[in-house]
Amino acid sequence: MEDDNWGETTTAITGTSEHSLSQEDIVRITKDLEDSVGLDCRRYFTRAVAVILGLLVFLTPLAFLTLPHILWPEKLQSCGTACEGLFISVAFKLLILLLAVWALYFRPARAGLPRVFVFRVLLAVLVFLLVVSYWLFYSVRILDSQDTNYQGVVQYAVSLVDALLFIHYLAVVLLELRQLQPCYSVCVTRSTDGATRHYNLGQLSIQRAALAVVENYYSDFPIHNPALLSASKSRAAKHLAGLKVYNVDGPGNNTSAGLVQSQSRAMIAAAARRRDTSHNELYYEEAEHERRVRKRKARLVVAVEEAFTHIKRMQDEEQKKAPGDVMDPREAAQAIFPSMARALQKYLRTTKQQHCHSMESIQQHLAFCITNNMTPKAFLESFLTPGPSLQYSRDHWRARQWTLVSEASVTSGLKDGTTFLLKCVDFSLVATSKKIPYIQMSEEYIDPKSHKFVLRLQSETSV
Amino acid sequence: MSFVPGQPVTAVVQRIEIQKLRQGDKLILGFSIGGGIDQDPGQNPFSEDKTDKGIYVTRISPGGPADVANLRMGDKIMQVNGWDMTMVTHDQARKKLTKQKEDVVRLLITRKSLEETVRLQLKSMLS
Repeated sequence: MEDDNWGETTTAITGTSEHSLSQEDIVRITKDLEDSVGLDCRRYFTRAVAVILGLLVFLTPLAFLTLPHILWPEKLQSCGTACEGLFISVAFKLLILLLAVWALYFRPARAGLPRVFVFRVLLAVLVFLLVVSYWLFYSVRILDSQDTNYQGVVQYAVSLVDALLFIHYLAVVLLELRQLQPCYSVCVTRSTDGATRHYNLGQLSIQRAALAVVENYYSDFPIHNPALLSASKSRAAKHLAGLKVYNVDGPGNNTSAGLVQSQSRAMIAAAARRRDTSHNELYYEEAEHERRVRKRKARLVVAVEEAFTHIKRMQDEEQKKAPGDVMDPREAAQAIFPSMARALQKYLRTTKQQHCHSMESIQQHLAFCITNNMTPKAFLESFLTPGPSLQYSRDHWRARQWTLVSEASVTSGLKDGTTFLLKCVDFSLVATSKKIPYIQMSEEYIDPKSHKFVLRLQSETSV
Repeated sequence: MSFVPGQPVTAVVQRIEIQKLRQGDKLILGFSIGGGIDQDPGQNPFSEDKTDKGIYVTRISPGGPADVANLRMGDKIMQVNGWDMTMVTHDQARKKLTKQKEDVVRLLITRKSLEETVRLQLKSMLS
């Protein structure tokens, strides 16, 4: 006997909570291990190549200068004043090159990008080729023939250092200056709640543009709060939960694809026809929530203002007089915190922010505000408006692993209409680039004496 | 009616006395004025000389006190209760006409047809 009620049970889809990540955590940890091995290998390799190239670059001119003295000292002409002047020139140019290389390259790496940095590779190859060709010429024309004109050798070394300085200039222009002029406007949207920002970027490759977007994300976008999205998910579930589809034509009449299509069309039609009052519920729910939030906020503001009046900063003269019952900022924060704790906790619960702030972080923030003479309003500002991810504790920056999804190659440059996706565990950022249009500006001169006015009114009043 | 700045104005004027009518808690006269030294004289449809910034009657409500007293549309008001109206702002003119403590206004008005009438009379008297 068929159970008449078996079709009546509806399944409700619950939103995923942020604590059910254990399975994904494991996957993520293993992926981290794999990646870290690969990444470390690449990082060490690039570092080794850079060190070797640097040593080659700095030791080559010195080698050029000292090898004649070592190999054929008797045949060598003595170095005159002009030649010795060139020694000073070589020394200072090498020093400048050293400082410039230190300034440009010896910075802590900001990020690990998926592909190599094309310009850097190009420049390294260029430097290598330059040094190799100089060595070739030196070994053939000077070492083999044991040239006795030492001044010529010194001038040759100076020309190498000059060429290196010019390559460094090229590096500055390619790596730093070229992308400063804004060329594209990138519109970045967060996929979960639609928060959007716009950034102006120059001519960058897609991976460097993605890096710029992620760095700006941490300071511009309000923190991602998954608790605020559960309401829309439950509404979406309720829309289709009440409908059941019966196939009255009997099995085997349509192919399975056609069956599914006709089923979904029937469901859409039925949902459209059903008189849906969920918009009404949403409106009243939101109004009620707004009212509750405002009430809690009022209670919170009053509690905090009262708590702040309990303590007073001690002046220096008073400090010498009365050493009893004096507190440092942390103790003062701990002393006044209990009077506002309940109101603050209720407010955070109502606005679904309670997981963003721990007791420790709130007390730290309170001690910080007391130390810097901030008003209660300044203390509350970080709780009343959700700030950027930077503002919260370190574990809210946990999405340090980002995946760049792009249809074009990530080392190709940004173009008008390029779209790429930056995925992290909880959400993704969708970025679209648009070219900033060419602006044609013309001028118009206005003579300052040409500003003249007349009365335009002819008012009529009835008496 | 044209005036030369700095020279005294000569015109043929008619005396009109209007009794104010009480409407609600206000005393009204039943006509509208336009013009004034702060207004644009070029837009005045009733003035002969388009640089004349005097106060003109622009509308008469039919059956009102002004209509009863024979005020006509297009009349230029020269004086109100002794106050000069040829060199006042629009708002000053309004104030002089709407003093709530007075219930009668004595206007000196001039119009083009007046001058012509006087000239014709003089001609017929002299001839």
